[in-house]
Amino acid sequence: MSIEWYLVLSALLFSTGAGGILVRRNPLVILLCLELMLNAGNLALVAFARAHGNQDGQIFALVVMVVAACEVAVGLGLIVAIYRRKLPIDVDELRELQG
Amino acid sequence: VAEVLFFIAATGAIGGAYGVIKDWNPFYNVLALVGHLISLAALFLLLRAEFVAAAQVVVYAGAVMVLYVFVVAYVGGSAEPMRRPFAPGLRGLAVLFAVVLLIELWSALLGTGLKALDGEGAGFEEGFGTPEALGEALLTKFLLPFELASLLLLVAAVGAVVLARRRTGLEDQREISVGDLMRTGSRDVTGGEAGTMIEAGGPPQR
Repeated sequence: MSIEWYLVLSALLFSTGAGGILVRRNPLVILLCLELMLNAGNLALVAFARAHGNQDGQIFALVVMVVAACEVAVGLGLIVAIYRRKLPIDVDELRELQG
Repeated sequence: VAEVLFFIAATGAIGGAYGVIKDWNPFYNVLALVGHLISLAALFLLLRAEFVAAAQVVVYAGAVMVLYVFVVAYVGGSAEPMRRPFAPGLRGLAVLFAVVLLIELWSALLGTGLKALDGEGAGFEEGFGTPEALGEALLTKFLLPFELASLLLLVAAVGAVVLARRRTGLEDQREISVGDLMRTGSRDVTGGEAGTMIEAGGPPQR
């Protein structure tokens, strides 16, 4: 299985996530699309690590996972705070983050 | 065998990605992402990244997705009353942008002169991608990034608690949050300022 195939798949998943961010308006789903893009990057990193026979890329993928977990925690905290203030859960309505 | 497994896992990953951006109940979006992540873990196994695949399933598809399910259940899965149509052409423009991005990425990938991408990948020594090898690398060569990642996790945990904590119904009306301190800047927020009382009593109902 050529490494190229993994990279092609990774590019496809990345642009799917980017399109999803533009098309959807629910901030929860936008966070999910961000996960798609981060995971597409992870797939490319692991594929390059395999291509070079060097596992530093896998460490990089693990760090990306940590960053994604942080992003999820803060993003979901924001959504819960928005919901508590009875603001609409719609990124077109939420134009400012100021409380 | 590797080809068959790759195409099965790739189909699962693409189907999961489509389920994530499909316009239906957010709960199904989260479930589709779980399927997507598990397919990606299979791809990681094919690339000899055993530990990354295990972490993907346990941490990502397990813990992080449970957090999503909780928030979807809390906010209300079907709470998407936004049936207002987009401005004309905006949706088509978004899809066009995604397709252009895809073509650009593909031409960049396939037009590259990197020889290593054609083959199965370089040879690797025994223990490539195992927990032992990755753990040793994390604690020797990548010690600083490892510690910084743990610090980042701590900051994110504290930030999430501050963001999502309940502001209304505080026992002590004078209790202030970090957000108040940042908002009021250098002003003395504990000095009986009216703003803090309003904040502690909850946001004005809109």
